[in-house]
Order: sequence, then C-alpha cells, then structure tokens
Amino acid sequence: MLLVVEQFLNGLQLGLLLFLLAAGLTLVFGIMDLVNLAHGSLYMMGAYFAATFVAWTGSFLGGIALALGATLLLGIVLEFVALRHLYGRDHLDHVLATFGLILFFNDAVRLIWGPAGLALPLPPWLTVPIQIVPGVFYPAYRLAIIVVALAVALMLYLVVMRTRLGMLIRAGASNREMIGALGINIKLLYTLVFGLGAALAGLAGLMQAPILTVQIGMGENILILAFVIIVIGGIGSIRGAFVASILVGMIDTLGRAFLPDLLRKILSSAAASTAAPALSSMLIYLLMAIVLVVRPEGLFPANRR
Amino acid sequence: MKSAFWLAGAAVLALANPAVAADSIKIGFVSTFSGPTAVIGNDMRNSFELALDHLGRKMGGLPVEVIYEDDQQKPDVGKQKVEKLVQSDKVDFIAGFIWSNVLLASLKTAVDSKTFLISANAGPSQLAGDLCSPYVFSTSWQNDQTPAAMGLYMNQKGVKSVFLIGPNYAAGKDMLAGVKSTFKGEVVGEEYTVWPSQLDFSAELSKAKASKAESIFVFYPGAAGVQFLNQYAQAGIKQQIPLYTAFTIDELSLPLQKDNAIGVPGAQEWVNDLPNEENKRYVADYRKKYTGLRPTYYGAQAYDAAQLINSAVVAVKGDTSKKDEMKAEMEKANFKSLRGPFKYGNNHLPIQNFYLQDVVKDADGALALKTVATIVKDDQDRFHDKCPMK
Repeated sequence: MLLVVEQFLNGLQLGLLLFLLAAGLTLVFGIMDLVNLAHGSLYMMGAYFAATFVAWTGSFLGGIALALGATLLLGIVLEFVALRHLYGRDHLDHVLATFGLILFFNDAVRLIWGPAGLALPLPPWLTVPIQIVPGVFYPAYRLAIIVVALAVALMLYLVVMRTRLGMLIRAGASNREMIGALGINIKLLYTLVFGLGAALAGLAGLMQAPILTVQIGMGENILILAFVIIVIGGIGSIRGAFVASILVGMIDTLGRAFLPDLLRKILSSAAASTAAPALSSMLIYLLMAIVLVVRPEGLFPANRR
Repeated sequence: MKSAFWLAGAAVLALANPAVAADSIKIGFVSTFSGPTAVIGNDMRNSFELALDHLGRKMGGLPVEVIYEDDQQKPDVGKQKVEKLVQSDKVDFIAGFIWSNVLLASLKTAVDSKTFLISANAGPSQLAGDLCSPYVFSTSWQNDQTPAAMGLYMNQKGVKSVFLIGPNYAAGKDMLAGVKSTFKGEVVGEEYTVWPSQLDFSAELSKAKASKAESIFVFYPGAAGVQFLNQYAQAGIKQQIPLYTAFTIDELSLPLQKDNAIGVPGAQEWVNDLPNEENKRYVADYRKKYTGLRPTYYGAQAYDAAQLINSAVVAVKGDTSKKDEMKAEMEKANFKSLRGPFKYGNNHLPIQNFYLQDVVKDADGALALKTVATIVKDDQDRFHDKCPMK
C-alpha cells in the first residue's frame, strides 16, 4: 500500500514536469499555429544555463533564477530572429525550420560546453528524503518539483483566466484574425507567448537536470511525450495539457511499476520482465490512439473557428 | 546464370585483394560518435589512435588506414555501416562495437564476408556460444563475466538478498543473468527499464526500497549510470541499501557522478592503476596526448584490439589474404594486453582476471578508480561449451 502511494507520487511528479513542457508547446501551437520542434532544445538550454549559472554563482536558487531569465530571453530572441518569419507559412516549413534549430542548438551546445555533458548538483537541503506519511519517505527534490509545478500551473491558470493578457491569449487561440482586426498588437503578443513558452520549457529542463544529467539531445525524447500530451489534451488548451500530462505521467509510471507483476501472473517470469517495459512504454501511445478515435479534437479542445 | 554472376564476382574480389593488401592495412572502426554516448566512442577512438602511434602507425611494415563509422547506438545503422565497410571499403578488419545489440545485428555481414571482427567492448552471450565464429575475436569479455565476478564479491561480503535493475536489451539481460549465475543469496526482484530512452528510475527505486532487499545491483553504462546514481542518492536509499555495480562507474561518468560514486564498488577486468609496464605507458601517454581526459576500460580494450590486429598482420608480414595464419596467430593472443594476463578460449573470448574497483581521491584531489582486490583469476565465460569451435 505504501508502495502504491510512492508510485502515485512518482507518476504525479513526472506528469507535472511534462505539463510544464506541454503547456508552452500547446500555447505556441494553439495560439501562434506554429509547430515548434525546437521546444525540446529550449528545455535543454534551460538545463545547460542552470548548470552553468549555479556553478558560477555558487547558489542553487540564484543560478536557477538567472537560468530562467536567460531562457526567457533566448526564447524572445529566437522568436524575433527566426520564427517570426515562419508565421502563416505551411506546417511543413515550420517542421523543417525548427528541426534545423534542433541541429543548431545541439551543435552550439557541443561547441560551447563540449560533448561530455554537465552535472547540476543539488544543495544538501534538497537531497534528504522527507517523511510524508508514516513509513513513506519521498525525495525532497521530487516533492519540490511537485510543489513548484503545481504553483506554476495555478499561476498560469490565473494569468490565462483572470488577466487581460490571458484574455488576449484565449482570444488568439479562438480566432487569430479577429483579434488582429480589433487592433491588438499581435506581434508583441506572439513574442510574449513564445517567451513564456520558452521559460516554461527551460523551467522543466532545469528542474529535470539534477535528476537526469545535462546532456546534448536531452530534449528530444521528452518532446515526443509533450506532443503526445497536447494531442491527447486538445491543441491550444492549457487545461487539456494539464489533465493529459497527469494522465500520461501516471500511466507511464504505474505501468512500469505494476505491469511486470501483473504479467508474471500470466507469462513466465523471463518473458514478463522482457515484455513489460516494452508494453508499458506503448501504453501512452495506445491512449493517444484511443483518444484520436473517440475524440479527434482531444479531451479539452480549445474553441476555435 | 546466378552462379556465374557470383563466380565472376569472386574472381574480381580475388584479383582485387592482393592489390589492396599490397599498399595498406585497412581497418573499419564502428562505434558511437554522436549523441549522448559519443564520449565512449571518442575514448575508444582516442585509444585506438594512441595504439597506432605506439606502433609507428604501421603494421607489418605497411601504413594503416582506419575508417571510423558512427553507429548512432542503433543496430540498423551499425549493420549498414558494417555492410559499407565490407562491400565498398573492403577492409581487412572491423573493430569497435560498444553495444551488444549493434554487434549482434552486424555480426552476420562480417562473418559471411570472412572479414575479421574484433569486438572491443560488446560481449553478448550468443557471441560466446552458438554464434561464435573463426573470424570473430574479443578484446573485452562476455557480458556475464563482470557481473558474475560482482556476484562472487557479494557472496564474500555475506550479502543475503539482492534487487536487480538493468536496461531491457541484450547486454542488460546478460548482466543480470551473470549476477544470478554466481550470487548465492536470494534474488528478491528483477526490473528491466526501457533502453536507451528511460532515464527516470523512480518507479524501480521505489520497488527496490519496498522489497526490503539487502542490496541493489545495477548495470547502467554511459550517462544512464550518472542518472541512476543521482536518483539513488536523492531517494535516500544510499544509507539503507548498498549498491553493487558493473560498468556503471568509469572515468567518463565519474566527473559527473562525483561524490555519489564514493563507496560504490564495481567489478572490472581493467583498472587504470594495473601495475604492468604497457598499462603505465598507455595511461601516461593518453593523459599527455588528450589533455584533461582519462582513459576508460572501453579505451583500454580498443587499444588491445589494435595490438591484436597488429600481431596478426606482423605474423603474415602484411599479406592479409592469409586468413588462416592470421586466425592462428590471434588465437595465441601474442601481444601484451594492458590488463596483464590474457589468453583466448576456444570461442575467441579472453580468459582473464576480474578486479574489484573503488572510487578514491587521487594525488591531484580528483576522484579516480583504484584496484582494491582480485576477485577472480583466469575466469572463462560460461557459454564456451556451446561454441562448436574446439
């Protein structure tokens, strides 16, 4: 029973982390109609900035704050220099150009930081396990991820639902031409949205960095998951991204945790331990396929015309 | 018609071969040179180049040409690269191979063309058993051997139960089977993770903790080893359940694992401080030529591969068409291996010692690996009976 609680937390933590990545992706895709494959590169840059700044400043929180700012800035510059010229063009152009950006960022990182990768060590107060209920100890850092990601989700909700900027974002997701026609500075809005998306991706990357290593191409695997999430959740919908992220995180973790034992009941032990990882990594794609059949618009489609 | 075509092809090859053999020795080197595990491929290439430097960049009086190919850690790509090396470059030897699944995919192409293949790392059980070939040699080990040595060490320490975690591919399965082959205590759990994409081991660590096992054994080569140790330390299990490893802590991962690696034992057939003269020269020259880098066992094995190839070429005085003589020479292991005692079994896999290594701070204050003890002497893999070669 205690194990179930712990695996549940593991799933929640993965889901929330994926949400940070997917939220930025879905905003950019939904509002700007831009397919941004380089979103994973921003995730990677967030991690590299954090590892560098934490080493420079010697302070974990200070380094992370600097890294967030740097990723936000990088996002804005990237939008200004490269992506601005892609609006209104075919999706294939977006895919080609942003795939090029992935290669650019990977090689830029190789040139600046070298091929070996970096480590982002945690301060001691984050490395201790915390007792959450009697008998269940959970890594403090993973708890911190859950708390930060929930706070960011709440903040996003408030910004999108309660502020003027949020109203524009929602209007942009519903009808792009109309808000332009109403005299809104759509260029500025796009730059802001892209910067916000970049900062969210950077936050996901730098929070993942102490758990994983900081390395070239780290954003590519996880980007696929983020795309699956926005397809499941409904493109352009932050609420959809939230629900789908938690779903995917839970299914992935609980599948890995409990599928081998379930399979062992029907298969031989050796066959089960081989089949289970393969099967559990398929589960989320199965979910996506089912959602696409039953609700092709996703679970919570943004209203668009 | 078809057979006439093949005959013609064979005739062309027969005519072409002496011409190739006359001017240079061609070696194809397949390893991973892109992506996160490129650091391993680079270390192997560095060591292979250093071996060529030590040989005066000549073998049997002929200049050596090495063609490096990137397998991208993908079996299908590795196979294509081997096909290219065999068919269009017509190399005399193919060496390298970090990954067991890449080697298994490429094996048939090399063997069918009777091109010598030297595995400088991968050691799948199939290669030692029924897929063994006169044209295939290894300068590493069979996958099971290193973890089997770790299993012996755990017996010595009196460990009663273990929880096994490893990646779900050819080598991962061999490694966990290797521990089980020698470990006398109880195996309370066995988990395989998706390879190479899964980097978060929280679900597996939670299960290991809940299993109340006395110890955990893992096999995570490359960056995955860094991630596993990070997460193992963060989960606070380090104080409760000691970790035993194979191929998880090396000179490439250590700078990233840092203090997380201290006190985590590993088994290895080569450690940088082995006291023979060749090894001292190798480690010193490597650190001189590639400033800031330290050689790993991957590199040491690649260095040995170059020496093995050289021994064969010297024996036939550069005439690489004499395959039988080269095979007979290589079976003698007539070169000075960096790991000291080294001879070949019937299946062309080494019979060798395995050492216990530990992480210590060296004279410069940097973390380094150190030999603590010899766990097992003259160890032969447990699949050699299945190999039809006698």
